[in-house]
Amino acid sequence: MAENSKKDEAVDATPNVSDVEVSDASTTAEVEAVLDAPVERGEPILQVRNLVKHFPLTQGVLFKKQVGAVKAVDGVSFDLYQGETLGIVGESGCGKSTVAKLLMTLETATSGEVFYKGQDITKLSGRALKAVRRNIQMVFQDPYTSLNPRMTVGDIIGEPFDIHPEVAPKGDRRRKVQELLDVVGLNPEYINRYPHQFSGGQRQRIGIARGLALNPEIIICDEPVSALDVSVQAQVVNLMEKLQDEFNLSYVFIAHDLSIVRHISDRVGVMYLGKMAEIGTDAEIYDHPTHPYTQALLSAVPVPDPEAREGRERIILTGDVPSPANPPSGCRFRTRCWKAQDKCAEEIPLLAVPEPFKGKNTPAAHESACHFAEEKDVVHAA
Amino acid sequence: MTTIDKTAEVPAPRAGDGKGTPLLEVRDLHVEFHTRDGVAKAVNGVNYSVDAGETLAVLGESGSGKSVTAQAIMGILDMPPGKIPQGEILFRGQDMLKMSAEERRKIRGSKIAMIFQDALSSLNPVLSVGYQLGEMFRVHQGLSKKDAKVKAIELMDRVRIPAAKERVGDYPHQFSGGMRQRIMIAMALALEPDLIIADEPTTALDVTVQAQVMDLLAELQREFNMGLILITHDLGVVADVADKIAVMYAGRIVETAPVGELYKRPAHPYTRGLLDSIPRLDQKGQELYAIKGLPPNLLSIPSGCAFNPRCPKAQDVCRTETPALLDVTERDGAALPGRRSACHFWKETIHG
Repeated sequence: MAENSKKDEAVDATPNVSDVEVSDASTTAEVEAVLDAPVERGEPILQVRNLVKHFPLTQGVLFKKQVGAVKAVDGVSFDLYQGETLGIVGESGCGKSTVAKLLMTLETATSGEVFYKGQDITKLSGRALKAVRRNIQMVFQDPYTSLNPRMTVGDIIGEPFDIHPEVAPKGDRRRKVQELLDVVGLNPEYINRYPHQFSGGQRQRIGIARGLALNPEIIICDEPVSALDVSVQAQVVNLMEKLQDEFNLSYVFIAHDLSIVRHISDRVGVMYLGKMAEIGTDAEIYDHPTHPYTQALLSAVPVPDPEAREGRERIILTGDVPSPANPPSGCRFRTRCWKAQDKCAEEIPLLAVPEPFKGKNTPAAHESACHFAEEKDVVHAA
Repeated sequence: MTTIDKTAEVPAPRAGDGKGTPLLEVRDLHVEFHTRDGVAKAVNGVNYSVDAGETLAVLGESGSGKSVTAQAIMGILDMPPGKIPQGEILFRGQDMLKMSAEERRKIRGSKIAMIFQDALSSLNPVLSVGYQLGEMFRVHQGLSKKDAKVKAIELMDRVRIPAAKERVGDYPHQFSGGMRQRIMIAMALALEPDLIIADEPTTALDVTVQAQVMDLLAELQREFNMGLILITHDLGVVADVADKIAVMYAGRIVETAPVGELYKRPAHPYTRGLLDSIPRLDQKGQELYAIKGLPPNLLSIPSGCAFNPRCPKAQDVCRTETPALLDVTERDGAALPGRRSACHFWKETIHG
């Protein structure tokens, strides 16, 4: 596998496919062999390039005519390294959940590529796709609706084995499910209970156990703790961190709670209206944000410290997020940005290390899609 | 607290005007729900008070009884299955639980108003927002449809909805989440009430919009010198806007304190646990503190202190004796105004 992924530097200025070492496996058997190969820690395991998802808007009943498109995801690129947690934050409607679905190939991308171990999974089908899906699993937001109320916990967690029988032979399944229950901190005796007999936090543990069932390499968590109570959130976050170490998992952690994301993530990407606004390590994003949207987002988070409420500066954005069906020209944030100038309306800023910080050894030198990027110390979520 | 200049309109406050009497006082309130599985004790003796211009934050997890208390104050509790076996809710000294339905109706909306969490399901989808806003004026003040609409536009302007005149005929689904919440706020403010109860007003909103909405609410509160009861589970929002805090657990208030004091020195292990479970900068990479276990089932609340199965400090006395909400003092006995804690070991919790 080593020849497929020898890359340890960050994505360069204009991300394109040329920086990805694409696997040349063509037959299904070859693809499967590539997918089974392990990836070294710190190597990229998932490389997303110019990912686009447009949902068509149609008019008419019989002869549907496309009148436009909701540009839910419009050119997103990032890497996920083995063993790390990549946090993705953004307001509702910014496309973060659509990215999750695209990574899972639950939605078909309009264009762009998702390379998993050098293999473009958006082009795969059949057995090869099934093999990929085994390695990328998902934990959903709402533990109340993502578990089938008519199935027992044993059936829910064991269902992945029906689809991928090679992971656990039939006779072995019950034991495997009980093991998984134990791993996520639930009593293995609960195997015959139904979801309604559990609390929210326990249900989310069941969802996590289901995600772990096939020994995946990547888990995509779409707001895994936002439906839970504060005191239970911490339990689930701790569990996820423990499992990451134990099973050597890579997480894509999508959330809107900035303090939880900071706690769990190694790197953080900030999305706005279908595009990545800024991406960097957690300290770069939280302590040295250069994109105005990130700064506004961070300053809007209420800090649980009453003494900070007088002194801190808050950037309060006006208005709402524009409609993704008709996004603003140029920089998408310009309609709410206090720095916006004519250039912002004409030129789309690229996600790159901003000119003033290029080549400098400062934490501000991380990728930010703004023409007028500058460091600003906002009192951030602690 | 300053007196309110609208006292004249209030239906005969208790003799000797409102001085000294808080705007709203809840005394030993109990609420239970009779279900097939037994009696769920949602609220078990809640006491709190709010003055005009003051913000009381009620903090608690789901199932702690914070919303049920608010519904009991508003008089919108479903009864049955709900039941209020004992307690008093005094609005300007008058017990609202003893009032007739007609008297309560007069207070509801015009003196005490409520903002709900989910604006989309709280607004009627088949009526325009202008009609829904105007309803307040038509019902309570008997205005004509035309005048009510003018008032509705004024209100929408006041909560800074752009192009209010054009949008007054729009339906709730045509507004964004933040705008809908503004309409809810406008509706609550319509008759300039003395007290607003906001039940998780920003939980469904994004942080940037949450900041806008909380700012608006604080500004309007100052303008009208209203009392505000803010129900939330977000410790960050509380720190930003509250004057005093009441922490609820399993239907009881476990701690009350002025906002700064609570964050600095919690006097109840549950409050301490909540504060410790917030991710902090210096704990990056370490395990988050988590309160073990789950919130109790209201059908069978643990005996003694309801928090005892999850409490790191629990002793035998905690399992047998229910701690009363007692005044908290400094180590040398000096009084700490407004601070109370329902823990047998509050001294150890606050002082060390």
